[in-house]
Amino acid sequence: MAATLPAAALPQPRKLRRSFREAVERPLLTATAVGVAMALIFAVTPLSGLPGWALCTYVGFVVADAFDCYRTDGPVVAKDRIATILVSTAGVCTVVPLILIVAYVVSKGLHGVTKAFFTETLEKVGPNDPATVGGGKHAIIGTIEQVGLAALLATPLGLMTAVHLTQSRGRLAQVTRVLVDAMSGIPSIVAGLFIYTMWVVRFHEGFSGLAAAMALSVLMLPTVARTAEEVIKLVPNGLRESSLALGAPEWKTTLRIILPAARSGLVTATVLGVSRIAGETAPLLMTAFGSDSVNTNPWHGAQSALPLFAFQRVRNAIPSQIARGWAGALVLIMLVLALFTLARAVAARGRKGP
Amino acid sequence: MTDIPAADVRIETAVLPDEPSPFTSGGGTMRAEGLTAWFGKHCIVAGVDMDMPAGSVTSIIGPSGCGKSTFIRTLNRMHELVPTAAMAGQVLLDGVDIYAPGSRPALMRLRIGMVFQKPNPFPTMSIGENVISGLKLAGIPCRDKAEMTERCLTRAGLWSEVKDRLGAPAGALSGGQQQRLCIARSLAVSPRVLLMDEPCSALDPSSTMRIEETIRDIRHQVTIVIVTHNMQQAARVSDYTAFFLADKGDPGRIVEFGPTGELFNAPNDPRTEDYIHGRFG
Repeated sequence: MAATLPAAALPQPRKLRRSFREAVERPLLTATAVGVAMALIFAVTPLSGLPGWALCTYVGFVVADAFDCYRTDGPVVAKDRIATILVSTAGVCTVVPLILIVAYVVSKGLHGVTKAFFTETLEKVGPNDPATVGGGKHAIIGTIEQVGLAALLATPLGLMTAVHLTQSRGRLAQVTRVLVDAMSGIPSIVAGLFIYTMWVVRFHEGFSGLAAAMALSVLMLPTVARTAEEVIKLVPNGLRESSLALGAPEWKTTLRIILPAARSGLVTATVLGVSRIAGETAPLLMTAFGSDSVNTNPWHGAQSALPLFAFQRVRNAIPSQIARGWAGALVLIMLVLALFTLARAVAARGRKGP
Repeated sequence: MTDIPAADVRIETAVLPDEPSPFTSGGGTMRAEGLTAWFGKHCIVAGVDMDMPAGSVTSIIGPSGCGKSTFIRTLNRMHELVPTAAMAGQVLLDGVDIYAPGSRPALMRLRIGMVFQKPNPFPTMSIGENVISGLKLAGIPCRDKAEMTERCLTRAGLWSEVKDRLGAPAGALSGGQQQRLCIARSLAVSPRVLLMDEPCSALDPSSTMRIEETIRDIRHQVTIVIVTHNMQQAARVSDYTAFFLADKGDPGRIVEFGPTGELFNAPNDPRTEDYIHGRFG
């Protein structure tokens, strides 16, 4: 009876993992030895500087550690060890630049993100004003309106395209898939040029938030459509079949069974699409154009946007303007992050089942 | 051996105007005539003639790959969901060909329900919502949803286990309970025929027993056709049994069909005898 056993009589749990010492100390010692050896080799190779030394050390470390494992535990363990190291390295290489980028933007932009940044514009800012005067209210409004409109245009179209790609068995679906793939390769500047020549110039509509939204939706559509397609494909076919076996028409099966089952993934698809376009600058140059004052009307007149704001500030020679640009970039990152969090919360809400 | 007709009969999915009210009860008579089914150029079953009398349980047995599942899926037009599928012959429900030009697959499936091998309740719905989901999906109005839910769950033998948690997610039920929920869901639209494609093969023995009890309880209200790998199960629950067999490279054919007792105790065909005594398959 385990319950009545005094605590002292319970056995100590055995260690199932290697201790930190075991896992790190030996390879670390190897690495140090290799590093020193490499520093010597490095004197005769074309590699130079800290990166060259780090690369040499890394390669030497992998080889030496694998050899050490091979010597003590045999080839299988050594291969496993190499695979573990390479995969971990890939993970670190992915995360580190992301952290560096965010940290750099925070360090450069944080002091510019004041209350004024959200409440003031650049209308009355002179060249000698410090970075804490004036702000990007007009750019925040522009970004929200442009990205919102683009999402309104591209999300329904993208989701319907995904439904078409997954649920219809015709030839058209295959053609559509190829075209959507090709569409995701359109350079963003081309999307901007297209809207510029067609909408801004040919139709004499002029620069506007709507023009920017249209250019952005061209870029967002393929992301939403292809991601949503993959997500819908993950819904078990049994659900579709059992709905059809109940006498449900195909459209109701799609609308009531398949799309709800894919719901959180579809939200992710939309968020991915929004993140894809929120930072786009090139298409905005020719569509929203940019402005220093608030224009809340997305249908008419030049508008600013956060990426455009950051781009135009940073190109400036005045340090205070460059600082404002960094602040704009930071606010843009925060905005996308907030959107991401919100979308995940929405997707998690109201889900039934484990 | 009879010649297999060429796979030139494409399945029609046209629209038919007015259909009689779907509210029917009691079993329907099913009849397959010269039923042949293909996937692409590959013929799966050929020339099946079979009567499934109203209000009875008909089981289909046979080794893997003999076309049992394909056959049962042609009985409610699920076969044609695979893009390369083709079929020939007739399936008659109460004397009417369900593949007649202009007949709508959705309406045929409403009358001929299906329970699948893997229990698949709708994950986004609660237990109660799952039961009446068929009514909603097929657009059938229902005045008293609570009563309908209770009646269907009772018939499927699940009511006492879930009556206090109808709002709970369906995914929280055990495999056997999920399968009975799927049966309840199928019964809610009052089908004339209920097809079951190996409904117990993913379940443990006690859940299997509960499903068999359910089959015995509902047999007089709905015609049941059940595909099973388990010969004891066929012997226990069915009134009629069909034995399917496919020779190597040949499509599956019906070897013997008759009352279950006769087929198991005094089979006419030596192959049937070999199979039910476990000498092959």
